Amino acid sequence: MKKSLLVTLLVLFSTQTFALTAQERGLQIITEVDKRDIGFGDTKATLNMRLIDRRGNESLRSLTMKTLEVIGDGDKSLTIFSTPRDIKGTAFLSFTHALVPDEQWLYLPALKRVKRISSSNKSGPFLGSEYAFEDLTSFEVAKYNYTYLRDETIDGIACFVLELIPNYKHSGYTREVVWIGQARYIAIKVDYYDRKESLLKTQIFKNYKQYLNQYWRASEQIMTNRQNGKRSELIWKDYQFGMGLTDRDFDKNTLKRAR
Amino acid sequence: MLDKFKSSSSFLCLTLLLNTNVLFAAEISGYAGLESLGFIHNPIDSRQHNHYLSGVIEPEFYHEWDDGRQSLAFVPFYRLSQHDNKRTHFDIRELTWLKVANDWELRVGIRKVFWGVTESQHLVDIINQTDLVENSDTEDKLGQPMINLALINDWGTLDLYFLAGFRERTFPGNEGRLRSFPEINTGEERFEKHGIEKQLAYAMRWSHSIGDWDIGFSHFYGMNRDPSIIVEADAAGKIQLIPYYEMIHQTGLDVQLTQENWLWKLESIVRSGQGKTYFAGTGGLEYTFYDVFETGLDFGVVSEYLYDSRGSNAPVAFQDDFLAAIRLGFNDIQSTEVLAGIIFDRTNNTKFYSVEASRRFGNNWKVELESRFFSSVPKNDPSFVLRNDDHFRVEVRYYF
Repeated sequence: MKKSLLVTLLVLFSTQTFALTAQERGLQIITEVDKRDIGFGDTKATLNMRLIDRRGNESLRSLTMKTLEVIGDGDKSLTIFSTPRDIKGTAFLSFTHALVPDEQWLYLPALKRVKRISSSNKSGPFLGSEYAFEDLTSFEVAKYNYTYLRDETIDGIACFVLELIPNYKHSGYTREVVWIGQARYIAIKVDYYDRKESLLKTQIFKNYKQYLNQYWRASEQIMTNRQNGKRSELIWKDYQFGMGLTDRDFDKNTLKRAR
Repeated sequence: MLDKFKSSSSFLCLTLLLNTNVLFAAEISGYAGLESLGFIHNPIDSRQHNHYLSGVIEPEFYHEWDDGRQSLAFVPFYRLSQHDNKRTHFDIRELTWLKVANDWELRVGIRKVFWGVTESQHLVDIINQTDLVENSDTEDKLGQPMINLALINDWGTLDLYFLAGFRERTFPGNEGRLRSFPEINTGEERFEKHGIEKQLAYAMRWSHSIGDWDIGFSHFYGMNRDPSIIVEADAAGKIQLIPYYEMIHQTGLDVQLTQENWLWKLESIVRSGQGKTYFAGTGGLEYTFYDVFETGLDFGVVSEYLYDSRGSNAPVAFQDDFLAAIRLGFNDIQSTEVLAGIIFDRTNNTKFYSVEASRRFGNNWKVELESRFFSSVPKNDPSFVLRNDDHFRVEVRYYF
């Protein structure tokens, strides 16, 4: 009797301590991903986008992206377009927040006009690409609910597989399935499911490089639309860290003269 | 040893050479275009034409140094137009030196400044003179020489402007369309002040973003950009229309509230010095449905009310008018966009229709289409002179 009570207690104890629920396990993994990226400070990189349609026709976009890490809130980012030439000098300033709407401004150089724009546009395409605005904004833990699904090895990389359900309004996805490399805690692949629950897009992250001996950034990202066959490739170049950027590099005054 | 010296000195030379190149190399971009401007109805004046062809070029030379904290920009502009010699014009849109520090920015030279939030008209925007021959929509501006110091504080940005050199508004010539009858006599302009007082103007603007609110508060003192028109008979008894520029004070407020899919907008001004002190305002909203039916299409609805306290005596077309418009953003690879709207006068029923569309072709070409129609314009409306000027404008641009 006494012995069986002890066993029962032990079993209860061990479930509570060691066996996390799938939700807790998911959150634990994501928190680790997030923790490993804390402290990067600021970055600047150039981005080349190749938009490829079903017939293989290509069009190119190039832009510069600056990011400022904001501890305790979403990051600030400034995106400056250089091609196509007709949108050269157009710049986009964004203050990301976890759950309240982001603040966004657009600068139109021909009119010299700074426009505050609605940040409700999450699911719309970015520059005609297969990337939606929500795919490119800074990642915040509070934006999703997490469930750990399984371990799985893809392309020789041992991964945790997680399901993410967006917490924010206006998302074009019901859920995302994310493969996270177990060794480096970095995203390897993401499947996006549309509002009808069918697979919409798959994104692959390639050629990770490590900066400042800590922060991993993919040099290549490929987003394939599984429903229309279109594809968008992102090539990141000239990553710079620790440039000493401040809030002043991410304000409306800077937006007007960003190059 | 000598060899080593030689190679290091040649390395030094190379470095210097590279640096010099960096110092003097300007980034060149811009566009050149061909425009076809066609009118549907025959002109009121037989000297006017039904179709005008024109060419335009607007290159930009840009150079920055000092880690981007200083830069020089030069943007000349030239349009060569068939028939209307007033529309063939050259302007320096920009020639500015910029110096940036942590809590201020200084700009010296010729440039364009935009203030405001509304779509139908830009009441608050007053720094630059309108280039009316370029486009009747008043969106194009002439370069304004100035010194502009922006003071950047936690409580917002305070811009101080010292505007040196008055620019007169451009008006179409006698062979041009979209003009008054007779054409504005730009050789006879009159000014309330002369000499240095005519040339100088002063302005300041405080602007800030607080949460969902973007606010601007401004004041301008100087020669009005927007002339009154004097009707006079010349020695031969012929009617003449002469622009008259007064000294004015104008206080402006522009506010936008951005909440989810809604943009709420307000612009208002109080102007004194041009006749009786008056008030004018534009207020409205824009609501956008994003990614409609998961097609990527953005469908926006714009509605604004335009008011001028001078009522039907106002020398402006919009004094008690409504704008209703739709904006389509296809978000395709070609960035296809359409803005179509109607402005109707609540008092006299004048209707003004406008459609603007643009689309990129390939990586460097862009086609812009504009069409404007005027309907049921009564004699006493300032746009009565435009009743026969329904038109289509197509411009093909090559961006480099």
